[in-house]
Amino acid sequence: MTKSFMPGVIAIALLAAWPHAQQPTPPQTPQQPSELSTTITGEGGIAPRLAIPEFIALSTDAETVATAKTIGQVLWDDLNFEREFAFIPRDVYSSVPKATSFADVPFDRWRELNADGLIVGTVQKVSVGFKVELRLFNVRTRQSAFARGYDGANARLFAHTMSDELHKSQRALNGVARSKLTFDSDRDGERMSGTVQERSIKEIYICDYDGENQKRVTVGKTLNIAPRWSPDGRSIAYTSYRRGGANLFISNIFQGTLDEVTKGDKVGENWLPAWSPDGTKLAFSSTRDGNPEIYVVNRDGSGLRRITNHPNIDITPTWSPSGTQIAFTSDRSGSPQIYVVGADGLNLSKKTSEVYADRPTWSPAPFNEIAFAAKSGPGFDIRVLDLSTGATKAITFGEGTNESPAFSPNGRHIVFTSTRSGKAQVFTVSRDGKNVRQITRAGNNEKPDWSK
Amino acid sequence: MKAVRSIATLIAAMALMTAVACSKKNPPIARPAPPPPVTATTATPPRPPAPPEPVREPTVVPPEPLRDDAISSKSLDDLNKTSPLKPVFFELDSSDLSPANQKTMEENAVLLKRYLTWAVTIEGHCDERGTAEYNLALGERRAVSARAYLVAQGLSADRLRTVSYGKEFPFDPGHDDAAFAKNRRAHFVITAK
Repeated sequence: MTKSFMPGVIAIALLAAWPHAQQPTPPQTPQQPSELSTTITGEGGIAPRLAIPEFIALSTDAETVATAKTIGQVLWDDLNFEREFAFIPRDVYSSVPKATSFADVPFDRWRELNADGLIVGTVQKVSVGFKVELRLFNVRTRQSAFARGYDGANARLFAHTMSDELHKSQRALNGVARSKLTFDSDRDGERMSGTVQERSIKEIYICDYDGENQKRVTVGKTLNIAPRWSPDGRSIAYTSYRRGGANLFISNIFQGTLDEVTKGDKVGENWLPAWSPDGTKLAFSSTRDGNPEIYVVNRDGSGLRRITNHPNIDITPTWSPSGTQIAFTSDRSGSPQIYVVGADGLNLSKKTSEVYADRPTWSPAPFNEIAFAAKSGPGFDIRVLDLSTGATKAITFGEGTNESPAFSPNGRHIVFTSTRSGKAQVFTVSRDGKNVRQITRAGNNEKPDWSK
Repeated sequence: MKAVRSIATLIAAMALMTAVACSKKNPPIARPAPPPPVTATTATPPRPPAPPEPVREPTVVPPEPLRDDAISSKSLDDLNKTSPLKPVFFELDSSDLSPANQKTMEENAVLLKRYLTWAVTIEGHCDERGTAEYNLALGERRAVSARAYLVAQGLSADRLRTVSYGKEFPFDPGHDDAAFAKNRRAHFVITAK
């Protein structure tokens, strides 16, 4: 195996379609001892400038050439998404001679273009899939700051894995390139039968963080809404009307099995499950005791605990990252506002004084924030409340109505629903309100969540 | 030759028209209808007279209201398409039944008392101006409000199930006040009869 020829380089199997969920953590790559620095830095404290020329296809067959092209482009998009690097514009790359291997990289020319770092990759066709070698060179020292080999077949997954590892090694950042989104959608135009009027059903879908690989994961022929990723990324909890009323279901999407969390005639309506950070429990809202209250239940439906007790509406729970608190929406003050309560039901406090606020989503650590949708005129905008300072900042600014925020696993992005382009669609945005990307386009797509 | 033929045709046509005109002026005199033809039965040798058949006697069949009724003869789907139970509409962010709604609900109660076998699901719906999540609870509040009214009218709560669809199923897909007013509603779906 060629693996052994490359000290410090290991191969990671990328053949599995779901590496984020299934792949064991790869052994840490020992950094190459010959290098003084393994991090590319920019001059004067600015973001390092990277160039990512097209990956080098080591054979001329169409499949290898296409894979090489895709990896380079997707890696560029993935790295650009976190905005940790600046990029030498692609339109000047053509002025630099193309390398044919790691041995003939024209560093002088890249230096002339002010590149701090240069990503060079080779793609080699093997019996099953491809073997891809990646190097990040410090253009000034011409030394490799990062080198790794990958085996696999999925071009986009090569790039996503590289991006996450480059962010980790170069910027100490947990990238989100292998994370996934989930949302509900009526895009298939299927109809419910036996109802008063024609009604479109909604089903649960998943996709990559960048909107690629959109897949349907439920076949309920009814309303399946408000999906939430389990912390291990293997299950999705959601609200389903397949039993007539609203109940909590869990789809184990890699086993194709379905768990019914709330069952029976006496359970009332059950909405909006939210996973505890350890994945063992769900917080949700239920009318089983007469009006919507917040409850916590084990994921198998056992161990029900009531958290709130108020004649007004309590709905839309979300857990703090430590699992010790739950934020939710209540209209006990006269309008829907965000409240926080201990997971034991004690120490309730009101957190917002908006006209109308709903769908709190607690950020992951180290941020201590709650994102929510706030009425801001005719529609809603996404706002983020900093729990330590009490300050609220706007993330969206009145383009369409904006609802249902959820944080990316590193807390640097928010996925949400917006009508800014017409129908309700899923968008992502950076936590500073910039870098808005439209994820979905077909039908209405709503109530998204981001894998953990 | 051609001219002669066409003149002949013309004359023939005129003669026909005159005839038609005359017949209109002098309608045929109505004559008594010919006697009915002698039927084969009477022509054959007479049989002994049949005893009176009681089934032919006009008998009073007791009316079966459930069968005679246009409403109850329909299938569930057809029934729900005609919405015999009328929906009620709510003010923004409200689950209170207005006087007009109360009148509608009284009519619904009368119908439900007449068709005692009906089981009904009361659906609560919202317009799109609230959030998807909170609207699930608001729609439930509307459905419960409608059910409470019917229970107060003496109907059994067991027949009246509630479900909220929030803003997932707008009645009118528009985005104006008229559409919103139609979407803030409680709908009555007959689920068994």
